[in-house]
Amino acid sequence: MSFIPGHPVTAVVQRIEIHKLRDGDNLILGFSIGGGIDQDPGQNPFSEDKTDKGIYVTRVSKGGPAEVAGLRMGDKIMQVNGWDMTMVTHDQARKKLTKKNEDVVRLLVTRKSLETVVRQSMMQH
Amino acid sequence: MFLRERSRDRHKSLSKESSRSEKSVTINAPPEGPLLGNQSVRGEEVQDDNWGETTTAVTGTSEHSLSQEDIVCISKDLDDSVGLDCKHYLNVALSVILGLVVLLTPLAFLILPHLLWPDRLRACGTACEGLFISVAFKLLILLLAVWALFFRPPRAGLPRIFIFQALLATLVLLFVLSYWLFYGVRILDSQDEDYQGIVQYAVSLVDALLFIHYLAVVLLELRQLQPFFSLCVTRSTDGATQHYNLGQLSIQRAAVVILENYYKDFPVHNPAILTASKSRTTKHLAGLKVYNVDGPGGNNGAAGIAQSQSRAMIAAAARRRDSSHNELYYEEAEHERRVRKRRARLVVAVEEAFTHIHRMQEAEQKKASVDVMDPREAAQAIFPSMARALQKYLRTTRQQHLHSMESIQQHLAFCITNNMTPKAFLESYLTTGPTLQYGKDRWLARHWTLVSEASVTSGLKDGTIFLLKCIDFNLVVTTKKIPYIQLAEEFIDPKSHKFVLRLQSETSV
Repeated sequence: MSFIPGHPVTAVVQRIEIHKLRDGDNLILGFSIGGGIDQDPGQNPFSEDKTDKGIYVTRVSKGGPAEVAGLRMGDKIMQVNGWDMTMVTHDQARKKLTKKNEDVVRLLVTRKSLETVVRQSMMQH
Repeated sequence: MFLRERSRDRHKSLSKESSRSEKSVTINAPPEGPLLGNQSVRGEEVQDDNWGETTTAVTGTSEHSLSQEDIVCISKDLDDSVGLDCKHYLNVALSVILGLVVLLTPLAFLILPHLLWPDRLRACGTACEGLFISVAFKLLILLLAVWALFFRPPRAGLPRIFIFQALLATLVLLFVLSYWLFYGVRILDSQDEDYQGIVQYAVSLVDALLFIHYLAVVLLELRQLQPFFSLCVTRSTDGATQHYNLGQLSIQRAAVVILENYYKDFPVHNPAILTASKSRTTKHLAGLKVYNVDGPGGNNGAAGIAQSQSRAMIAAAARRRDSSHNELYYEEAEHERRVRKRRARLVVAVEEAFTHIHRMQEAEQKKASVDVMDPREAAQAIFPSMARALQKYLRTTRQQHLHSMESIQQHLAFCITNNMTPKAFLESYLTTGPTLQYGKDRWLARHWTLVSEASVTSGLKDGTIFLLKCIDFNLVVTTKKIPYIQLAEEFIDPKSHKFVLRLQSETSV
């Protein structure tokens, strides 16, 4: 998950489909995000590279739609419904996730364990 | 008890050069040594309890009393004082003569024409008479300046002549002689009538003398003010170290400055504290005896035998070293504890004694119903209650030879007069002060020798090392040049202090 400026980012990602839960007038997903290009990347506890300004999942509420769909704390969100999440501000990320007319969000997330699993399985062959 | 006496006597015999008390009796008669030693020690202890007799000269608990070296020193003292006085008087005489010559020359220049050819002399006009006032005041200023700079009591007697002073004296002499030569040839011989010219000549002489005096001030006083070298002074006996910053001086002048600072900065030299470590080292080697199995005059020469002997002794001592550091640790801990206990007793005794003294006010003095005492009597009145505790404390810290009963009572009277607290009174006994604090016989100011490989009138250089020897110890002085400091500048615009807030916010979706 290393990030070299000017080069395309390659990562092993997992597709997660979250169905939003209707709670009165709000549609909630059940997790919290942190990060963004306007935030301080050094304070991010989940990132490996402390200059990474991507969007990270900081909390997943128990039993919520995100947990059910398989989202874990510490995941980095790469795309939301096709929109890129690696170079957005915090507010832009929030807006893309909380669109009122969308019931389902399809995320591409990455985490360290994905990469190790793939490498292990490749080594076995 | 018997064994301890024996070891103590052996230590005394081995460390002869540092302790010269009447324990030397035991050295002369070794077989019956311990018994006599016992008695003499006990006798001394009995004497010690009586303060009146515990002065440095009588009981000899001090290392500086009535020893051979002291007798040598006393005789050297007499010789030195005579020798120094001769040099000093010679200096004074020469400088007075030079001063008189310098002072009287302008006056002579002015008066001689009036005496020798008064009729041919042209009358002195207004400008000329104005010059008289100028000469008079300039001479007065020169007189005061010379008195201020040169006629001061000498600080120290230096081994060699002071180069700058000698140079200046020669310069002044040559200068005055050349002026006299010119005067003699051009004015006296030709009997010049232009009196104004002569007066102007005298004024120019006085001006030049003032400039020479300015040169003297710069060379003698100003040049060494800017610090250039840092000198590190270490005492050889106990390692006390100080650093001084001095300017460009000759080695002998630097030595004088260092010694003047030694008397106020270094704690007083106490030989009693040093015998402890010496006895420890001698204990190492004391029990070992080296036998030469090969017999004398074998293949090796005398040096070879000595070398193998010393090597064997060092090896054997190294094997015993395992226990001696333990000994040292417990001995020091025990000593520390004892000192602290005695100190506590002393402080309490002194505080209690001081509470009995009250200063009487002026008004009360008129209607005095009880005995009114002056400070000395008051000191004598409260002294006995603290005498024992003080004596025990001084003995434990091995300072008892530095203070006599008279000096303690004087100090007590001084503290009472100046409204000092018991803590202030005790300060000079709880901590060892600088040498100036103690009596004049400790100062040994006339016994310093400067030992140097370079000539003592040459200037200090980086890496100069010289020694100042006194009777019992040396001061080792090393010189280092103060580094040349290159300062760079960085300008900060006061408006450039700006800050930004960086957050990591968390939003739940």
